[in-house]
Amino acid sequence: MLPSVDSVMLEQRAQSFAKRSIKNESKMQGLRLVLSMIDLTTLEGKDSAEKVKSLCKKAVHLYEGELAEPLPHVAAVCVYPSLVKVAKKALEGSGVNVASVATGFPSGQYPIDVRIGDVKKAVSAGADEIDMVINRGAFLAGNYKKVKDEIARVKNSCGNAHLKIILETGELETYDHVRFASDLAIEAATEAGKISDGEVFIKTSTGKVSPAATLPVTLVMLEAIRDFYDATGVRIGMKPAGGIKTAKQALHYLVMVKETLGDEWLSPHLFRFGASSLANDVLRQIVKQTTGHYPAGYDFSEA
Amino acid sequence: MRRTVAKTYKLYIGGKFPRTESGRSTIVKNKRGEIEAHICQASRKDVRDAVEAASKATSQWASITAYLRGQILYRMAEMLEGRREEFVSAIQVTGNATAAQARKEVDAATDCLVRFAGWTDKISHILGSSNPVAGPYYNFTVPQAQGVVGVIAPQSPSLLGLIAMIGAPLATGNTVVALGSHLHPLPSAILGEVCHTSDVPSGVVNILTSTKKELLEHFATHRNIHSLYASDVTKPERTLIEEGASDSLKRVSYLHIQKDAWYDQNQTASPWNLEHFIEMKTIWHPSSSH
Repeated sequence: MLPSVDSVMLEQRAQSFAKRSIKNESKMQGLRLVLSMIDLTTLEGKDSAEKVKSLCKKAVHLYEGELAEPLPHVAAVCVYPSLVKVAKKALEGSGVNVASVATGFPSGQYPIDVRIGDVKKAVSAGADEIDMVINRGAFLAGNYKKVKDEIARVKNSCGNAHLKIILETGELETYDHVRFASDLAIEAATEAGKISDGEVFIKTSTGKVSPAATLPVTLVMLEAIRDFYDATGVRIGMKPAGGIKTAKQALHYLVMVKETLGDEWLSPHLFRFGASSLANDVLRQIVKQTTGHYPAGYDFSEA
Repeated sequence: MRRTVAKTYKLYIGGKFPRTESGRSTIVKNKRGEIEAHICQASRKDVRDAVEAASKATSQWASITAYLRGQILYRMAEMLEGRREEFVSAIQVTGNATAAQARKEVDAATDCLVRFAGWTDKISHILGSSNPVAGPYYNFTVPQAQGVVGVIAPQSPSLLGLIAMIGAPLATGNTVVALGSHLHPLPSAILGEVCHTSDVPSGVVNILTSTKKELLEHFATHRNIHSLYASDVTKPERTLIEEGASDSLKRVSYLHIQKDAWYDQNQTASPWNLEHFIEMKTIWHPSSSH
């Protein structure tokens, strides 16, 4: 039976996280934390080696100007499998991970052997993290066992690479489905053997479907993570992706994580943002807070 | 006796009429001491939002044809004419103008806008050039828009002054964030409604009502305002503007007009006023023959 989520209370609760007042020092601390949690992402058909190289430069050196306190680097750079090698080389020794989408991203509508092959190739090319998509067609058709088996197979193919499981909540229709898919994904990924904290993430979206990440949907997933932790003591990570464009939104997410899962999750080890334009808005806020002047868009690199 | 409904005028930002982020408003009283209207008192965050809206609109406004920009400015003049009486009484609420003087100001503002509308597609002929070069090239210099222009309008004349100062940057393809007269705020508050109903794309004109004391510094230091156009500023205000602007190498220009000269179009709507808001681009193009 599907779990049932009280959507009215859920949305009300999610909205309440946007009403905390976070100013000055705590805001600055939050913004720096956000930067360190970003998976800087480029997932376009027009991605080229040069584009990825410049993104990697940005991942390591977020801002050219001078700030009293040096900025952290982002958590990872997220690219298509064919560009993993380029990113790996560009990020060597920087501490920034390379994440690769795989399993026929973004649709996942390919034969399972092709999807597994996709994962294996990305891992052998050097990906530290794999962002997989679940089979939404099978999920919505009620073929849960198939979805689960596929996730388990992908997990087994990851080797040492961490796994993020994209539910694509924008296609799952209801909060009940989101909760069920979260439980299913966590169960499938942990069934093969004991996993360490942060080895498995659940992730909202590919960024190719609207709506992408929202506060309520992320809250449902955080609750699934909390319940799993209470039952087993294992910490699953969370990654909202797509649609988080402003520093303010990102701070709302941090509040929600803290109040749902606790301080332990306020680390790039267990929480990530999948975003491309978020970094620049956070930088803008940090520079404004530091210099007192509003910076211009051209003060920050585009990549 | 019926109680009259006093209007609350809001800001005009990005094609919308938001209340100020700060939630503050001030009362505008007429000469009999009665409450005429409420006016939003914009804060620095409203400047930030307005600049955001203005910079989103720059590429569209600069890339439509100069002819179309002229038509849109002319349309604004039409709307201004249509609301003539509203502006006449708005000017009189806080000002000392007689009805005849107020009417003269509205008419001059409308005519000024028409003149700017005319300049849109002619300015490049005056300021641009085809340059003689020693080689098989055509060489052109053409004027282009600068981007977002911050306007600090004079306290008086409140409508004519504002129109003269937004007209020049608008005609050359810039978007505008304007701070209207603080002493006589009603005409600038109503002007947003004129822009809104005259095909001006959202974000091209943004109008704030507040004090210079609070906002001048943020106009000067905001790095995404590319050019600042001020009138009726004191020496300390000039220092504040120029020091703030130096950080981003922002262009600063002033409109100095003596009281009666506001009615002289050669001073308010001269093509040399437009010259402050352009960048010159020179293009070399190979020619087939020598």
